[in-house]
Amino acid sequence: MKPDRQFQTFSLSAVWAWMFLFALLPFCLVLTASFLSHDASNLLRTPFTLENYRQLYNPIYLRVLKNSVFIAGLATLICLLLGYPFAYIVTRLKGTWKSICLMLVIVPFWTSSLIRSYALIAIIKGKGVLNTLLIALGVIHEPLSILFTNTAVIIGLVYNLLPFMILPIMTNIERLDYRLVDAARDLGANRYITFRRVIIPLSMPGIIAGCILVFLPAMTLFYISDILGGAKSILAGNLIQNKFLIAENWPMGAALSIVLTLMLVALILIYLWSMRGNKKGDWL
Amino acid sequence: MSSKAVSRASYLSAIYLFFYIPIIVLIVYSFNDTQYSLVWQGFTWHWYNDLFHDSDLWIAALHSLILGVTAATLATAIGTLTAVSLYRYHFAGRKALYGLIFILILSPEIVTGASLLIMYTLLHMPLGFITLLLSHTSFCVPFVIVTVYGRLVSFDNNIFEAAKDLGASDAAIFRRIMIPMLWPALAAGWLMSFTLSLDDVIISYFVAGPEYDILPLRIYSMVRSGVKPEINALCSVLFCVTMTLVVLSQLALKKKN
Repeated sequence: MKPDRQFQTFSLSAVWAWMFLFALLPFCLVLTASFLSHDASNLLRTPFTLENYRQLYNPIYLRVLKNSVFIAGLATLICLLLGYPFAYIVTRLKGTWKSICLMLVIVPFWTSSLIRSYALIAIIKGKGVLNTLLIALGVIHEPLSILFTNTAVIIGLVYNLLPFMILPIMTNIERLDYRLVDAARDLGANRYITFRRVIIPLSMPGIIAGCILVFLPAMTLFYISDILGGAKSILAGNLIQNKFLIAENWPMGAALSIVLTLMLVALILIYLWSMRGNKKGDWL
Repeated sequence: MSSKAVSRASYLSAIYLFFYIPIIVLIVYSFNDTQYSLVWQGFTWHWYNDLFHDSDLWIAALHSLILGVTAATLATAIGTLTAVSLYRYHFAGRKALYGLIFILILSPEIVTGASLLIMYTLLHMPLGFITLLLSHTSFCVPFVIVTVYGRLVSFDNNIFEAAKDLGASDAAIFRRIMIPMLWPALAAGWLMSFTLSLDDVIISYFVAGPEYDILPLRIYSMVRSGVKPEINALCSVLFCVTMTLVVLSQLALKKKN
């Protein structure tokens, strides 16, 4: 009874061939490209060099990287502060309401973030809905100029990425063993202590997963800074896109991509560290 | 209702308003009978009519449709095969594959786009439908795997063991037992992939050629020129299409769960 092997061999080789061609090979190519040089007639050429990485210390790149880490970090923090209580409340709901609330978060999760960023323009522009409303309410007298500033980019990022913070935290709180919370209360901890010492530590993997899902895209969603930030705000994503498609400096673009990948690796290590003790490793 | 319940409900509502008001405003303005003003000037189908007669847009939409259907189908096939292999076989590198899928989901799209562009260029593949198809398929595959795998682990493994004892080959188990049981997950994975393909800007921006214009890139180039009622109309249509697909895929997953 060994003809069975056929199917196993077929599916495993198909799977590995695909993963090799579309995940491992492209990554190895970026890695190699980041150590290559370029000239007017060749996008990539030898000799191998460390120059692209040395260039990262160039004030121009350093400023963009710092700026995008700052913007992405702030967006992540705001998402966490808005998303955590939201996820917590929704998880505690019951029945139909819970399904409806969940569905209403999933819809923005899956729909085009380009369209949703575009939709924000009408809200935050000079004569937009927000200013008209605030002036009508007498909160402000002069329209706020938000569009084409860093603030607009941060609003856009939070608007687009908030569901990516909410959903992993929800999944995590869902699995939280509430007997531990009850035990803390029984042992005399007040609400605040229970929250800080029991609930937050237990939901740490969800928080970190959410932060990874928000922070990295926030550094790279170049169209958001393009549409909402005008020319003033540049994210790492804009820089990479520019290096590949406009400046045609692929090795530099590749080096910047590797920097992002290293950040991802660092964040994943933090995540795995937060999951230590959770033997199942059920991240899927 | 206690004051706590009220404050919770208002917090949820505030976040939902933040999510949905821009979209609602977008849809409302797509019916506003004026080119520039924010003030309501009356109802019109004018902008939708303009869309209907924009032949370039129809071509881009058709391209996106063909691309979405083929990429979603291919991604569902590969993703399902991967999920089933992960579930049934204990092979060397299983853990590595698991980790790879996890990394693929998390890795920034721009890195994927750039790395695929390098690969296609080195392989002398002209940028166009084929490169788009392969790229879209590759970023959809991990999502299909997660969806299908999530469904597989909810099954009773004894069903497959019983089939095996009764003499079914792995291929037969896959075709006759797994596929029929998995179809809601397959439908959900397919719909998600189709939606992802329809909305993708970043990766497409890197691997699309000049000849094969697709909807998200067309919208991107329109949007960069500022707010226009035609774009409002186009985005409203697209938003409603993807929203319907997302709701359908969630319902498919819910079924019998």
